[in-house]
Amino acid sequence: MSVRAPVSGLDTLHPHAPVQVEGGEARIGGSAWKLAAYVFLENRLAVAGLVVVVVMFLFCFAGPLVWRVDLVHTDIANLTQPPGSGHPLGTDIVGKDVLGQLMVGGQTSLEIGITAAILATTFGVLWGAIAGFAGGWLDGLMMRIVDSLLAIPTLFLLLVLAAMFVTSVPMLIVIVALVAWLVPARLIRGETLSLRTREYVDAVRVMGGSGARIVLRHIIPNTIGTIMVNATFQVADAILLVAALSYLGLGVPPPATNWGDMLSDGVAYTYAGYWWLIYPAGIAIVVTVVAFNLIGDAMRDAFEVRLQKR
Amino acid sequence: MTGFLVRRLGQSVIVVVGVTIITFLLTRLLPGGVARAILGSRASPVEIAQFNHDNGLDLAIWQQYLVYINQLVHGNLGFSYRLNESVAGLLSDHLPKTIILLGISTLVALAIAVPLGVMQAVRRNKIEDYSLTTLTFVLYSMPPFWIALILIKWFAINLNMLPPQGPQGPISTYLDPVEASALVLPVMALALVTIALFSRYMRSSMLDNLVQDYVRTARAKGVSTAGVLYKHVLRNALIPIVTLLGLSLPGIFGGALITEAVFNYPGMGLLFWDSAQTRDYPVLLGVTIVVALATVVGNLLADFFYAVVDPRVRITE
Repeated sequence: MSVRAPVSGLDTLHPHAPVQVEGGEARIGGSAWKLAAYVFLENRLAVAGLVVVVVMFLFCFAGPLVWRVDLVHTDIANLTQPPGSGHPLGTDIVGKDVLGQLMVGGQTSLEIGITAAILATTFGVLWGAIAGFAGGWLDGLMMRIVDSLLAIPTLFLLLVLAAMFVTSVPMLIVIVALVAWLVPARLIRGETLSLRTREYVDAVRVMGGSGARIVLRHIIPNTIGTIMVNATFQVADAILLVAALSYLGLGVPPPATNWGDMLSDGVAYTYAGYWWLIYPAGIAIVVTVVAFNLIGDAMRDAFEVRLQKR
Repeated sequence: MTGFLVRRLGQSVIVVVGVTIITFLLTRLLPGGVARAILGSRASPVEIAQFNHDNGLDLAIWQQYLVYINQLVHGNLGFSYRLNESVAGLLSDHLPKTIILLGISTLVALAIAVPLGVMQAVRRNKIEDYSLTTLTFVLYSMPPFWIALILIKWFAINLNMLPPQGPQGPISTYLDPVEASALVLPVMALALVTIALFSRYMRSSMLDNLVQDYVRTARAKGVSTAGVLYKHVLRNALIPIVTLLGLSLPGIFGGALITEAVFNYPGMGLLFWDSAQTRDYPVLLGVTIVVALATVVGNLLADFFYAVVDPRVRITE
């Protein structure tokens, strides 16, 4: 027994809805996708979330092309300058421009968040689908592994892992993914249990399709709603997790930075009143995470037929 | 009922065994091994071999696991070489403080989140609902340590009302006004995150129940709006919150870790954080086991409670 998982309503709506995914965004193929896209776009908050994410990406990845500042060398003459001319958001504790750091740090945060979410979702979906489809002792074993790992609070497991290995961006991605795949595994396993008894699964089997074909071509595509909703929430969670890890001293080594690192650097200067070291990075995190959560919420509504006639 | 309880208990035992296997494997994952971690990088191969022999690390892996389990069952969680104290001893100092922090903040969170959720459900899609939804959404999306930092900045530094640090003395002094005021900010920081989570669930749980047939029946029989709301809907809507409490235990523990680190509150989370920085693995793994056990037991209790309150669970499970 667990909290009610979001249920994809796709298959009840249109059993043969073509599943086409492009860059994480659904291309409208059949009526189900059209309906889902319509419900999604009708939700003004979700569209706002989408706009915020796009703007944030532009800010972080295209911004440094416009706002050119030296983010490698320290500038001892200009430590912790308040916002003013030349530095719209001031300078940090080693004299680097906060606005520039915000862009570059955002790149790291977004990269880690999105890559970890994709990695965790892919692995979790495969794990859950295989467990649910296989059933029997294999299902029992695979899900008890998930249960055991879920019983250890994420942050504790993360800190143990991070204490063992030297942190770097790829390492952080793997570490976050290592704890994040559990939820999608559980969700997809639950859906697979009901999907594997569908007629079309029997039909594939009668036509000689292998178990791998059923899982990869039929079961997983039918859980795409759950997968995408969960992946979106995963990005938000991963960004928060990396920020927490950075605060706890396990971020990426300088000169690389991320929003969490920027915050944890500013912490020591709270008393000095250097608000520009605390607010910009924090607000960037909150805005991005809210945006991803809004998108995820709206996608859940869009995929869930039951809620569509509100 | 008995069948459900027995099955659920059996599952929990398996999960606990799983947790011990994971923590056991984690110790064996250490780069360079346990001996290297404890003796340091200058230890000679002979010293390492001697340490491995003394501590049974040269045995086969399954034998090591059995020894480890045997130690755990006897309450031996390991020994901190850095603090020169047993992990169990350290925990008996730190765990009660974390329990107090978690208990108070969870109660505060519930006391605020339940009325908020009810109000949002009753006034759904009105201005109150929208503004509260926005607020909880933002709170939910804030890094917990940042919330704590902002609380310190506003209430401890700018307004100078409350101490920026959690109470440092033993628990017996917590009723002292100074220590009690020091507890306010950590409790607030921890409660704010949980309020966001709980009120969102409370809202949707209320909405789920508002459309049930029994609501219409009660209204048709002439029960007042308030009567239906508080006597029928609220009581049913609270049931899932119990499960949520059990399920959110890992998250609450994580929040405690962060909050204790920010406020320098000497509980289990701070102990864990310090140990992570000094790579004091026995403490890390001992605390992990205890926290995981607490989570499993919490989930189990939540399920049992659920089965007692809601007969449908017993039948369908």
